Amino acid sequence: MDSPGGFGNFSYDLAHLLGGAVLVLTFGLLYQRRLTAVINTYSVQSWALAAAAAWQGWVQGSAELYVAALIALSVKGVVIPIALHRIVRRLDIHRTVEAAMGVFPSMALGVALVVLAILLVLPSTMESQVLTREDLALALSVVLLGHLMLITRRTALTQVVGFMSIENGLILGAVGVRGMPLVVELSVAVLVLVGAVVFGVFFFRIRERFDSLDDSHLDRVGEAHR
Amino acid sequence: MTTLIGLAALAMHVSLMLALAPVLVGFIRWTRARLMGRIGPSVWQPWRDLLRLARKQPVLAENASWLFRAAPATAFAATLAAAALVPGFALGMATAPLSDLLAIIGLLTFARCTLALAGLDTGTAFGGIGAARDMTYATFAEPAMLLVIFTLALLVGTTNLDAIAQMLREAAVGLRVSLGLALVAILAVAIAENGRIPVDNPATHLELTMVHEAMVLEYSARHLALIDWAAALKLLLWMTLIVAIFAPFGTADAESGLLVWLLAVPAWGLKVGVLAAVLAAFESATAKMRVFRVPEFLGVALLLGVLAAVFLFVSQGFV
Repeated sequence: MDSPGGFGNFSYDLAHLLGGAVLVLTFGLLYQRRLTAVINTYSVQSWALAAAAAWQGWVQGSAELYVAALIALSVKGVVIPIALHRIVRRLDIHRTVEAAMGVFPSMALGVALVVLAILLVLPSTMESQVLTREDLALALSVVLLGHLMLITRRTALTQVVGFMSIENGLILGAVGVRGMPLVVELSVAVLVLVGAVVFGVFFFRIRERFDSLDDSHLDRVGEAHR
Repeated sequence: MTTLIGLAALAMHVSLMLALAPVLVGFIRWTRARLMGRIGPSVWQPWRDLLRLARKQPVLAENASWLFRAAPATAFAATLAAAALVPGFALGMATAPLSDLLAIIGLLTFARCTLALAGLDTGTAFGGIGAARDMTYATFAEPAMLLVIFTLALLVGTTNLDAIAQMLREAAVGLRVSLGLALVAILAVAIAENGRIPVDNPATHLELTMVHEAMVLEYSARHLALIDWAAALKLLLWMTLIVAIFAPFGTADAESGLLVWLLAVPAWGLKVGVLAAVLAAFESATAKMRVFRVPEFLGVALLLGVLAAVFLFVSQGFV
């Protein structure tokens, strides 16, 4: 039943399980509707990603992956969530409940996307090992779910979290493959950090202008100009 | 000889389940009280309550039918039968060939339906609303549970719980994402089935949102004792079921003799105790959700079950 290098191999199994944990936490992001809960879930997702990266570092014996894990843990697991919490507190929106699509429809869409990711990855990687195949399927699912979150959420802050969850998915895919250069990881991390800062400024601008973080107001701006 | 040993293991298992179920409830209440900074009642308190209730004379509503009187015993018997099917400290008990997951869930559903009918029987508003809600939750919890069973059956090739536990104990299938997803799904289902906190609050009689307690509000004395005991037994049953599937290490084989059993019983107690402590911590940290959010919560469990099955197809490569 099992292919070589596949199941029963503990190092692979654990890596796979940690990838699964990241995926479940991404679903957790879709499930949560309160802003603080979304941020906390994102932070836990980053910890799971850090664990996945560290485990891959152990398995592949590469120090660079430990650095990647450290970045995920410190920047995405601690610094960015604290910054987001601060924004929430300063804008006084911690009691806001997201008025997005219902939980069940968005979760069902999410499962459909996971199936799509699997259907995409499987035929294109038929000759490679089961190992990379499943890791890729998991990572692609996380990326697609991040996109779903960008589409279905209304407030800018949850959209930012969705954006960063996409980035987590990319890193998850990258650590599974042998030999990801550290430079890439570093630049992506810096990019995300800069992105978070820009978004932070952006939030205050939107807020000043419209008294809300609901970005459907932005649509109306475009209409007025036309 | 094997039959005799199997019977002995079964007798020990059932008596342990019966004796420890109220203690488990007491332990969870005590842990919750400690976590909330109260001293908390002794872990023997549920047993004392049961004995106190058993001594009292039951009071029946004027219009209560025979169903109302028969329901507690019927529900208790069905739960006990299900408890006898779930392998606890030992695999290969006398009931092992019968311990089909579908049968276990069926017996529990039968118990639940009996109590729901009894709740409707007296025609009071509370009993009716409790029964209606309980059945609604069951409707949402069951499909999720069936998907978990489906995943396990695909993975192991049988729905027999004893065989599943055995296969997983031998680590024949390894760690799987599907198993992880199924674990999350089954935890959500177990919370709903036992009426624990995000879904129902087992500690209150005074809330309009209560479910199980509202359904059995008309019961008193020994009837109530049986219902409470059955509820405690059901909680222990679910925990035993979860550790049998997801933490099967440390269980004995029934043939391996008394000494190994005596080592396996504390292992089982420890696993269930850890799960109970986690439940207590979780319950202290969460608030009860609105009734209309429960279908969402169980819908998520259902979707995780779907995902578990889907990932199984990926890893076994028959897409």
